[in-house]
This record gives sequence, structure tokens and C-alpha cells, in this order.
Amino acid sequence: MTSPTVVQRQIPDRLNSPLSRALRSWEALLVLVVIAIFIINSFASPYFLDPWNLSDATYNFTEVGMIAFPMAMLIIAGEIDLSVASIIALSSTAMGYAMAQGAPVPVLVLIGIAVGLACGAFNAMLVTRMGLPSIVVTIGTMSLFRGISYIILGDQAYTGYPASFAYFGQGYIWWVFTFELLLFVLLAGAFHVLLHRTSFGRMVYAIGNNPTAALFSGIRVARVKAILFLLTGVMSGVAAVCLTSRLGSTRPSIALGWELQAVTMVVLGGTNILGGSGTIPGVVLAALVMGLVTFGFGLLNVPGIVMSIFIGLLLIGVIALPRLWSRLQARRS
Amino acid sequence: MTQLAKSREALLALAIVVMTGLIALRFPDFVTPSNLVGTFNDTSPLIILALGEMVVILTKSIDLSVAANLALCGMVAAMMNEAGLPLPLIILAAIMLGAVVGAINGLLVWKLDIPSIVVTLGTMTITRGVIFLISGGAWINDHQMSELFKGFPRMSLIGLPVMSWIAIAVVVLLGVIVGRTALGRACFAVGGNPHAAVYTGIDVGRTQFLAFTLSGALAGLTGYLWIARYAVAYVDIANGFELDVVAACVIGGISIAGGIGSVSGAVLGALFFGIIKNALPVIGISPFWQMAISGTAILIAVAVNAREGRRAGRVILRTAETRS
Repeated sequence: MTSPTVVQRQIPDRLNSPLSRALRSWEALLVLVVIAIFIINSFASPYFLDPWNLSDATYNFTEVGMIAFPMAMLIIAGEIDLSVASIIALSSTAMGYAMAQGAPVPVLVLIGIAVGLACGAFNAMLVTRMGLPSIVVTIGTMSLFRGISYIILGDQAYTGYPASFAYFGQGYIWWVFTFELLLFVLLAGAFHVLLHRTSFGRMVYAIGNNPTAALFSGIRVARVKAILFLLTGVMSGVAAVCLTSRLGSTRPSIALGWELQAVTMVVLGGTNILGGSGTIPGVVLAALVMGLVTFGFGLLNVPGIVMSIFIGLLLIGVIALPRLWSRLQARRS
Repeated sequence: MTQLAKSREALLALAIVVMTGLIALRFPDFVTPSNLVGTFNDTSPLIILALGEMVVILTKSIDLSVAANLALCGMVAAMMNEAGLPLPLIILAAIMLGAVVGAINGLLVWKLDIPSIVVTLGTMTITRGVIFLISGGAWINDHQMSELFKGFPRMSLIGLPVMSWIAIAVVVLLGVIVGRTALGRACFAVGGNPHAAVYTGIDVGRTQFLAFTLSGALAGLTGYLWIARYAVAYVDIANGFELDVVAACVIGGISIAGGIGSVSGAVLGALFFGIIKNALPVIGISPFWQMAISGTAILIAVAVNAREGRRAGRVILRTAETRS
């Protein structure tokens, strides 16, 4: 961006084989990192390899991961949604309100997801209908959505969710495998298919690489972006159901700072923050990395705020290091 | 062009006057001189931060780390005060430390081409964590601060507290930097059209770096003022205040796409915000409404600004953005 450089595109004599390309990919690096963290952690703490502890550790990434999937697609398409954590707060508050009015569990879940959808629709309208930049819009709605929660709750909290509601965030489907983990895996599969196996997914990449060209080639850019904002809203609603169920209470400060975690997860997964490239498997691996590191730190009694230093460094590091590396390579040749 | 900009600021000033008038109709006490001075004084930190943020936004960037930077510098200032260092040194150190944090943001944006929103989201959390590390999570309270340390921003000077005078001095300083120096021109050029700026010999990255450093230095100064004013320092001070700062800029007509904005706009945007904030308890609305009002204000302001921008002319060619 700083200087007009001449980009030299070389056509190689021979194409890389798919295998050698896969081995040198960002995802392969992440797999190595996951394995390394696993080994380090199991030496660092004797409690790490306990299956029940590992099962608890999955909560560190399942809920944020659910939001990270649609966020990845949104970032690939060149937009961003910083309001996701506030959507969780509003959606959780709505569920708490309904619960206080005596709504049954299925209705609570429905309300949680519907509020997420409505928030997503609000973002979508502002960004695609009015043509406003998504960064500013979602900074605004981030403040607005959580602000509504504060208006409703103030310094109070909703507690006393029905016992059967706890299943979404605390239930096990079999042995140590939680309901949330199953949901995470199913969603990962669904988003993988959506992004990598459908024409909709191709459109997302096309828009991220060149919105004007995408428009001229007949892609309804605004509609695709609107759908992505809706998806992000819905998934925030789903995450709100899981989180509220797990915590068993709602405060306006619920999920504070999660937008940062979700964006970090997406970027760590190899998604270009400027749009155009990224993969769902990358996001899944990034979720594992972040979850295992947080869990390992937790076992070593590192306070949460120190972990946030780590997440911040990770966010900047994963973008900075490849750039430094390619600069070194360029200087060498 | 200047006509349009002028009219926008005039409109905002009018909105502020009308709003204050409406509040005064029901609550005449709100417009007593002492209360207005108090309101301006309460808004001083926001004015100073909004001016720094404005320069950053002018260069097509955003600085979300200002509030965390403020908290860090404030904590360090409070700790230096506990160690018994003289006040001028403390203030200087706070400004320098703020500038260093800003410079780190700037270097990452300049040398590594990382989008500023990512850089400052990252440094925001890192900075908060660092405050926890240096303070051990402990609070520094009223009784641990020296009288001079707490008293200096509140000292009255020709009817206004020192904090207000500092804000006014910063307004003048920024007016000169933005309007009368090559750096100010460069900021507008970089934000207006980075490619054209390169061809006129302006180093885009360096300009952004300087903007971040300036914003950081102002955050450092505000850090001392904030801690001294509220007489308490802890990790979560001014949490989320970066949103108010961005909101003040957006309301003040500073285009988030860069290149458009003015010092008077930023000041008026901050005042608009400050008056709402101070009026809420007077009107009897719970302070819990404030966050939602900030959000709504941001959304309305950005929608209005976008509409005005569109009226200015037809976009024939969108600027090609290089994706590296």
C-alpha cells in the first residue's frame, strides 16, 4: 500500500504436487503447532491428559469457534463484524427476560437465535442497503446491542434458568463428549461444505478478491454480504444459547471481548484480514490452538488477563511473522 | 469544499445549542456557568483523545488502543508518584510512554503493512495485560496519591480548572499541526488518496506512524489527567472509552475512510457527547442508557456523513486497492 511496486508474476515450469503444497500450507503448520502444544502441555502439567479435563478444555473454543466460522466467511468477503459479542449479550438478555416471563425451554432457544438473526439483519441492512463501512457500523452496533442489555439489566442479572436448559452448555452426548463439541463439529462440517463446496462459497471468495469484478460477473454482491451478516447473527445467537446455558446466568457484561477472540481465531487460521483467502479447516485448527493454550495456561495458574496478552501477541504475530519472512526471502533473492 | 465542511460543523454546533436549550427549558440549573464549566472540564479528556484519534483517522487508519494506552500511562504515573518523583517528570514520562505505545502501533502499520484495526485491537489487549503485570492487579487509591498530583488538574486558573486549559492548549496545538504544517497536509493527502500521495513524494507509512505517535502521546497526557482527576488507578480504567472517542470523531464529521475532517469537528463531536453524558443524570435517565446512546449516535452520524459524502460528487472510478 505504501509504494507502487512492480509485482512480478512467474509461471513455474512444473506445478507443485497437491501433496507437497498441502505440506507447506498454513494448515500444516497449525497441525504441527497443535501437536507441539499438546506435547508441551502434557509435560508441563500432570493433569493435562485427563480425558475429563480435556473435555472441559473444549469449552475454551467451542462457543467462540461457532462465531469464528461465519466471521471467517465475512472477512474473506472483505467485511467484518465486531458486534458479535454484543449480539450474544443482547440475545442472552432476551432469553433471560423470556425465562423470567415463564417461557419454556424450546421457546428460549428460539428467542435466542431469533434475536441473533434480527441483530444480523440490522447490521446487514446498514452495511448493504445504506452502503456504510462495516467496521464503523459494527463498532456502533457493538455499543448499541450491549447498551440495550445494560438498559434492561443495569447491574442486575438473570439467574434461575430451568434445569433442562442446562443441557446445551453442560450436557454430554456420550462419555466425555459434550453436546457443544458435537455442535461445533457439525457446524465446522456445514461451514466447510458451504465455503469450499458450493457456488455460494466461490462467490464469497470472488467478492473478497475484487468486489467490482464480482458484481460485473453477475454476483449479487450485496445479497451475498447480507446473507453472511445474517449467518453471523444466527451463529452469535446459537453461541449465546450455549454460553447462557453453560453459565446459567445472564449479565450485560457476558462474553465481553469475544469479538477480539473470534477475529484472532480467524486470522490465526490463515485468513487474510483484507479478504480474499482463508479456509474453514484453518479456523478449526486455530480454535484448537487457542483452546489448548488457554487450557494449558489455566492449569499453570496463569490469570486470564495475562492470557489476553498472549492472544493479542498471537493476533499481531501471526500477521507480522509471515510478512517479515517474505521480506527476508525477497531480500535474499 | 470548505463551504460544505463549514456548514457541517455549523450544523453540529447548532445541534449542540438546540440540545442544551431544550435541556435548559426543563432544567435551568444545567446552563449555569459553573455547571457548563464542569461539563467542559469533564469532557476535556474526550476532547484531547478525539483530536489524537482524528489525526489517525485522517490517514485512513484507526486507533482502538487509546483507552488502554491511557490506562497504562495513568497507572505508571500513579506508581511514579508513589515513588515520590516530581510532578513535571511524571507528566513528561506519561506523555513519552504514550508516544512509545503509539509509535509501536505506528511501526507495525508502517513497516509491516498490518491493517491498523488489527494492530490496535491487539495492542489494546496487550496493554491492558501489561497494566495487570506491572500493578499486580492492585488498585492505587486516593490516599496513596500526593496532594499536588491529584490537585494539579483541578487547580483553578482564571475561572477554569487546569485540565480545561490543557484541553484548550491541545486544541490550539492540533489546530496548528493540522492546519499549518506539512505533517497536517500530509495526513489529509494520505487519507484522501494514498496513491496520489506517494507520487507527490509523501511517505504514506511514515505519516501514519507520526499520526499514531501523536495520538499515543495525547493518550499518555490524558492518562495522567484522568488518574489525577478521578484519584484512582486500576487495570480497567476507561474500559471501552475508545468507542466514545471514535464516536466523537464520527459525530464530528471525520470520515472513517480518511482524508476528511477538522479540528473544530472533533471538538464539537466530543462536546456533543460530553453534554449528553452530563445531561443524562440531570434529566433523570439511568447512566446505563449511555452505551446504547453512544451506539445510536455513531450509527446516525455515520449514516448522515455517508449521505453528505455521496452528494458531493459521483464516483466514476473506485480507487483500486492493492491487496498484498
